[in-house]
Amino acid sequence: MDLYEYQAKELFAAHGVPTQAGEVVTTAAAARAAAERIGGTVVVKAQVKTGGRGKAGGVKLATTPEEAAEKAEAILGLDIKGHIVGKVLVNPAADIAEEYYVSYLLDRANRTYLAMASVEGGMEIEQLAVERPDALAKIPVDAITGVDDAKAAEICDAAGFAADIRDQVIDILKALWVVFTAEDATLVEVNPLVRTPEGQVVALDGKVTLDGNAEFRHPQHAALADVSATDPLELAAQEKGLNYVKLQGEVGIIGNGAGLVMSTLDVVAYAGEEFGGVKPANFLDIGGGASAQVMADGLGIVLGDPDVKAVFVNVFGGITSCDAVADGIVGAFEMLKTQGKTPDKPIVVRLDGNNAEVGRRILDEAEHDLIEMVDTMDGAARRVAELAAAATE
Amino acid sequence: MAIFLTAESTVIVQGMTGAEGRKHTQRMLNSGTRIVGGVNPKKAGETVDFDGATLPVFGTVADAVAQTGADVSVVFVPPAGTKSAVVEAVDAGVPLIVVITEGVPVKDTAEFFQYVQNVGASRIIGPNCPGLISPGKSNAGIIPAGISHAGRIGLVSKSGTLTYQMMYELQDLGFSTCVGIGGDPVIGTTHIDCLQAFQDDPETDAIVMIGEIGGDAEERAAAYIAEHVTKPVVGYVAGFTAPEGKTMGHAGAIVSGSAGTAQAKKDALEAVGVRVGKTPSETARLMREVIASL
Repeated sequence: MDLYEYQAKELFAAHGVPTQAGEVVTTAAAARAAAERIGGTVVVKAQVKTGGRGKAGGVKLATTPEEAAEKAEAILGLDIKGHIVGKVLVNPAADIAEEYYVSYLLDRANRTYLAMASVEGGMEIEQLAVERPDALAKIPVDAITGVDDAKAAEICDAAGFAADIRDQVIDILKALWVVFTAEDATLVEVNPLVRTPEGQVVALDGKVTLDGNAEFRHPQHAALADVSATDPLELAAQEKGLNYVKLQGEVGIIGNGAGLVMSTLDVVAYAGEEFGGVKPANFLDIGGGASAQVMADGLGIVLGDPDVKAVFVNVFGGITSCDAVADGIVGAFEMLKTQGKTPDKPIVVRLDGNNAEVGRRILDEAEHDLIEMVDTMDGAARRVAELAAAATE
Repeated sequence: MAIFLTAESTVIVQGMTGAEGRKHTQRMLNSGTRIVGGVNPKKAGETVDFDGATLPVFGTVADAVAQTGADVSVVFVPPAGTKSAVVEAVDAGVPLIVVITEGVPVKDTAEFFQYVQNVGASRIIGPNCPGLISPGKSNAGIIPAGISHAGRIGLVSKSGTLTYQMMYELQDLGFSTCVGIGGDPVIGTTHIDCLQAFQDDPETDAIVMIGEIGGDAEERAAAYIAEHVTKPVVGYVAGFTAPEGKTMGHAGAIVSGSAGTAQAKKDALEAVGVRVGKTPSETARLMREVIASL
């Protein structure tokens, strides 16, 4: 889960990383009031979970409360790379003498952690890494020993921080490591970390990604999820415990296993090229040991998507048994009927593997007009693309 | 031969007494795996009845190894206890630890992987993986044994169901060993480890490698193939149409920025002579051509 800047800064503050006090608001009037309380020049910052918001006009200075309201009005509702701004952070404007960069992240290639630091922060760090790799220090961090005084000093000196702020930077590096490990983050990034004219080092921005797998030991993290920004179908799926991602297409996809479902999206997209460019409408993985109930829940979600014109159920029965999947499809039809939402979209089913014969027989015997079985994954993808294209015309 | 897992492998199950552990222990027994016991500190000294075997439960992995000589542990312990279970198996000197558990915090995996680097000699497979099978010999994990037969193709895959799909498509040719390495950001055994083992395995003639979006493991595997693999390799990559910045089920399957895309992986593999299928079925077809030409 990616956090908003203001949430990241709250975690920073909780673990002793110096940052700025600010206020998060959702209206121009509230921005004016926040600017009045803060006093002096403020900066109004769009809260979106994507980069490049400065360039997109999402970060503005305001010298008066009135101006803060105007800037907030302009920023709220802005579309930044598909993210609509619903909140702005009002911070005191900092005087900046120098800008730096620090981060901790998972280094997948080396299967350990990595610290990155540079005394040339502020700009796009990817660009710096490509153009002047020597300016970005990369120090591996042992997952067990972590960042102690010696490791923090190593990172600090490799990046070339000046002697007069060295102690502050070392303390910040240690505190950020506590944020990283105590909160089970997979990314903690500060860009920029700044030095004020008075010589204070402060985190002016923050990016944190939390590991969803670790939620069981951080019940408080649930409150950080932004329900309002989540697609309603994704939210409904989440409540059912389904692994669902909404996409921009016409063919509903249900499968078992993340790899097979990703592969199904690809195969449908290829088939769609022949049929008016229809595309997958979603990713839905019903999991390895899916029951009839899970199948029914999944079908309910996918059929509830008005963009979906036809559905492809692609199951390879490994642990999942195909008769359970077939029962789930039949059961889902019954369930939806009783809810007054009688299915009216064609469903192409491909079952293979464990108990596939029984599964096919269950669907045959149900004699449902909307259900069609196709033997192969590629053949089924072509058929569902054809049906979706026909329904779209 | 086969890789990592042979007919002689003796297997213990950590978490055998739980529902998943019990179900899959029975399946492993059915497919001929030599399972010699389970581990659960709370049920030490008890036995568990299976169809065809009654297995002892040991209090610690060290006890189980001392009394049975087990050289493989399959771990079904839930996420909160996975790290300590793996560390215990490493400390007991188990040479092969297969971690099936899904949903392990990446911090825990990074720590137990670091631990085995520091002090152990164990090979870890997973976490969040289906395990591995050497058809007709042994099966350590949850791969359904009935899909395929023994043969001379080696398979390595990040994805469980794509492993099953490919085993099914090529069931008449059969496999030496199929390894599901798992889709998490940190895994104990990589594509490269398996490519190396298959290259060295006299019972493997050709290799299928299945990857997916995220990270750069496939690109690194391509570089390894160019240098070290002389056996033919056929590849498949899932996730061409996955949008940027969305996680697709596997914690590792997320495209961020330009690196890690399916296209980049396919290009890297093709550049070193690996034939890459557009769909699983086409990949199976390419493998048939390869086998026919040997």
